[in-house]
Amino acid sequence: MVRILGILVGLGFCGVAAWSLLWGAIQYMKEPPQATVEARFHEHPRHPHFEFEGPFGRFSHSQQQLQRGMQVYREVCSNCHSLNFVAFRNFADLGYNEAQVRTLANEWTRKVTTTNPQDGSAMERNPLPADRIPPPYPNEAAARNANNNALPPDLSLITKARHGGAAYVYSLLTGYQNPATYRNHDGEALPADARPGAGLHFNPYFPNLNLAMAPPLTANQVTYADGTPATVDQMAQDVAAFLAWTAEPESDARKNAGFATLIFLLFGTILSYMAYQNVWYGGASRRVRETGALDPENMAKGEHAKDEAGVAG
Amino acid sequence: MSFPWAEEYKPKHPFMRWLDDRLPLPRMVYNATGKGYPVPRNLNHFWNFGVLAGLALVLQIVTGIVLAMHYNSNADTAFASVEHIMRDVNGGWFLRYLHANGASFFFVVVYVHIFRGLYYGSYKAPREMVWMLGLVIFLLMMATAFMGYVLPWGQMSFWASKVITGLFGAIPVVGEPIQNWLLGGFAPDQATLTRFFSLHYLLPFVIAGVVILHIWALHIHGSGNPTGVDVKSPQDTVPFHPYYTAKDGFGVFLALLLLAVLVFFLPNYLGHPDNYIPANPLSTPAHIVPEWYFWPFYAILRAFTFDFILPAKLWGVLAMFGSILLLFFLPWLDKSPVRSGSYRPKFRMFFWILILDVLVLGWCGGMPAEEPYVMISQLATIYYFAHFLIILPVLSWVEKTLPLPNSISESVLHGEAAEAAPLGAAPAKA
Repeated sequence: MVRILGILVGLGFCGVAAWSLLWGAIQYMKEPPQATVEARFHEHPRHPHFEFEGPFGRFSHSQQQLQRGMQVYREVCSNCHSLNFVAFRNFADLGYNEAQVRTLANEWTRKVTTTNPQDGSAMERNPLPADRIPPPYPNEAAARNANNNALPPDLSLITKARHGGAAYVYSLLTGYQNPATYRNHDGEALPADARPGAGLHFNPYFPNLNLAMAPPLTANQVTYADGTPATVDQMAQDVAAFLAWTAEPESDARKNAGFATLIFLLFGTILSYMAYQNVWYGGASRRVRETGALDPENMAKGEHAKDEAGVAG
Repeated sequence: MSFPWAEEYKPKHPFMRWLDDRLPLPRMVYNATGKGYPVPRNLNHFWNFGVLAGLALVLQIVTGIVLAMHYNSNADTAFASVEHIMRDVNGGWFLRYLHANGASFFFVVVYVHIFRGLYYGSYKAPREMVWMLGLVIFLLMMATAFMGYVLPWGQMSFWASKVITGLFGAIPVVGEPIQNWLLGGFAPDQATLTRFFSLHYLLPFVIAGVVILHIWALHIHGSGNPTGVDVKSPQDTVPFHPYYTAKDGFGVFLALLLLAVLVFFLPNYLGHPDNYIPANPLSTPAHIVPEWYFWPFYAILRAFTFDFILPAKLWGVLAMFGSILLLFFLPWLDKSPVRSGSYRPKFRMFFWILILDVLVLGWCGGMPAEEPYVMISQLATIYYFAHFLIILPVLSWVEKTLPLPNSISESVLHGEAAEAAPLGAAPAKA
């Protein structure tokens, strides 16, 4: 009875799904879907070599780069983009000592808004190491007002919040193109109606191709303390690495703990495998023998032979 | 339950005798997972996944309780509190990544566990209750995982809660009131977040309760086995301890090893980048997708695109819930007296097609709702329903099964040549 009902219900669902499929197929034949402009012109990020990537990469191996990236953020990005989840004290990870962190905070371009403890009025003070990086705008409306109604996203998590991570940030910063002369990998020019509107800029690494941010980096925009030439490519790599750190400051500790855990668990796996083998096929199986049960080893071989004979799938 | 030859608990230490006389808790453990529980001697590694699922539940509850100490279920600060856990709580990143990937781990082992049951006919008499309680656990898991995913209040959290509660909106007449009742408003907001947090904390303990029923029901007739033949004599069984404690112990370490690779080296591999963007009701993500473990069901939901009497959306919702609910009827849809797929050649073929089919559905569910993915998921949906509702019932009428072994111990010997001897007669090992 259940089977009859089941078959009827099954025929119902299969029928409606098949009907949907048929209509979809007819539609597909009549109007084959066209690849959108985004699909044709969007590029996957280019991937430069980052020291911190992979199981063996560590941010602590690339502190010079992270310091340079922080400088790019401070002098360029921080004019529009906040970094709300990062505190000055976290800069110790970049290789700064306590005094340097204090100085960095104290000399930061932006002040911390706070309340005057004397009279309760609003006031500003220099940041302390415990403070988070002060945002460029007090609120979203102010940010939009200053940026042609576009909202510059917070950068703390940007490499985790975009497909491609640090490579995406690097590609975006270096990927601006002239929409009039640009050709995609098929040699196709950008259709006129897909050209960026007023205040927008063409960038094939941006998912919908046109973004509000103007090309932010120009050569020698910052002067690196370590003498590295400040090319656009260099600055883009450095700030991408820095933002990878702001997104995952725990990364080094995580990978170190990971190796320790893997070694521990590998040891445990080997030990437990030996225990398993010992219990099933070693000394303990003799006790089973005495009770007249079968040798588990023969049993295992039996399984194997059965497989070979094609009895069991 | 126990077979007559199960060993009896005989406490030696005076304290244990005293305790056993008043609260026989050690006796219960002994009879459930100790020497007092004889288990078929031929269980393969697929019988390890129930234990692994139990382990996953414990991991989730333990990490979850500590995470809840630091999490803030306020729509304005929830996202920041998760970042607080990641950055400022000692070992917080470990707890959160273990919890997030632990959910995936839980679903992986439960899916293997379910398909083990499907292949070996574990749902058949006399274990129907075990099967159905397992499905209840699965449904509770899905609800718990969904609500847990909403808690970080990222973009996918917000929009997933909107889409999933929107499914109830497809029900005629009462749909919209139900949706508003679930959300506590007209759109996901503070009320939604608080109630999801509350339920996300509650449901795992409900799961734990149903797990106890699941294991209780299992122990009435004992574990099935790869032959599907009932246990008949002491020769067919070995005591759970030390045999399966040792075998499962190995499986547990191996599984934890794989989980550790995910947690420590690929913690965001299974997640979606959009959930690191704070929830924004005014900005819809380009592709709203659930977590991978819902993808097959998401594909079924989106496979219905034609208004046939009922609106297409309602068909999709009915099919999505139906795709799980039909499993409750499986013991009566598949009436073949042979349990194990090993002795059902045709069933076995369709089983592997089903595995492929569910993988295809999962793949389509993770893709945007565009052609050709929709057409592929429509084909796969047709097979899914046909498999359970048409093929299995018909198969159980017409299929010619292979001869079963007389007993588990005989099957152990089956196919053996020279070595096929009981242990007493076997040549001594070097």
